[in-house]
Amino acid sequence: MPLTDALRDDILASVPSLRAFAISLSGNGDRADDLVQETLLRALANIDSFQPGSNLPAWLFTILRNLFRSDYRKRRREVEDADGSYAKTLKTQPAQNAHLEFEEFRAALEKLPQDQREALILVGASGFSYEDAAAICGCAVGTIKSRVNRARSKLSALLYVDGADDFGPDDTVRAVIGGSGG
Amino acid sequence: MKEVKKQGGLNAEIQSRIGHQLRAMYDDVVRQGVPDRFAELIRKLDVPAPDPQLGATAAADQTSQKDRRD
Repeated sequence: MPLTDALRDDILASVPSLRAFAISLSGNGDRADDLVQETLLRALANIDSFQPGSNLPAWLFTILRNLFRSDYRKRRREVEDADGSYAKTLKTQPAQNAHLEFEEFRAALEKLPQDQREALILVGASGFSYEDAAAICGCAVGTIKSRVNRARSKLSALLYVDGADDFGPDDTVRAVIGGSGG
Repeated sequence: MKEVKKQGGLNAEIQSRIGHQLRAMYDDVVRQGVPDRFAELIRKLDVPAPDPQLGATAAADQTSQKDRRD
């Protein structure tokens, strides 16, 4: 369809979530914005192939995801975010504790296989249905479901090692709670 | 007492915590809105190809052909 004002507004409205997706995928703010820019140029150049009435965000996410995948194959990820450049892209710096927890979480996310990470983000953060996520990743719905499940269990293993035991109050606190609570 | 819930309960708790962190991370970026560079990029492409020689002549050709046809 032609690039109408309404369509341009819709594309613009998708930019914040495209950026969030790109950053979650690449773990790098600068690279993510390059990815978004490339995605927008691609989308605008191919706007004729967009079917009016179909899911615009899903279409844009598909372009971004494919760009990232081809880029990924070419030069591997330059993940390391040792200097916390990712955190610097955030407007509000979380408080110290929250910040630590946040960094831990991000590091764990980085450890997931690419397929699982993107599935988890699309479903768990972007809010796409399993069906849309499957269309974006070009795979079956069942595949997306199992990737999301595997991503979740891997994350919980990474973040909360030995599951329940490391989660929540430590022994001392537990003893205190146990003592006072009866 | 709490120990009984360990299997199902804590697992669900961990999962909801993971979901929460994932969205918090994502939404932090979403809340930054649209950086100027992207707003400009999309706005610029608004103007119908004000363009290097080729584009301009192609467009002119098209209109003149259309005129002729009409």
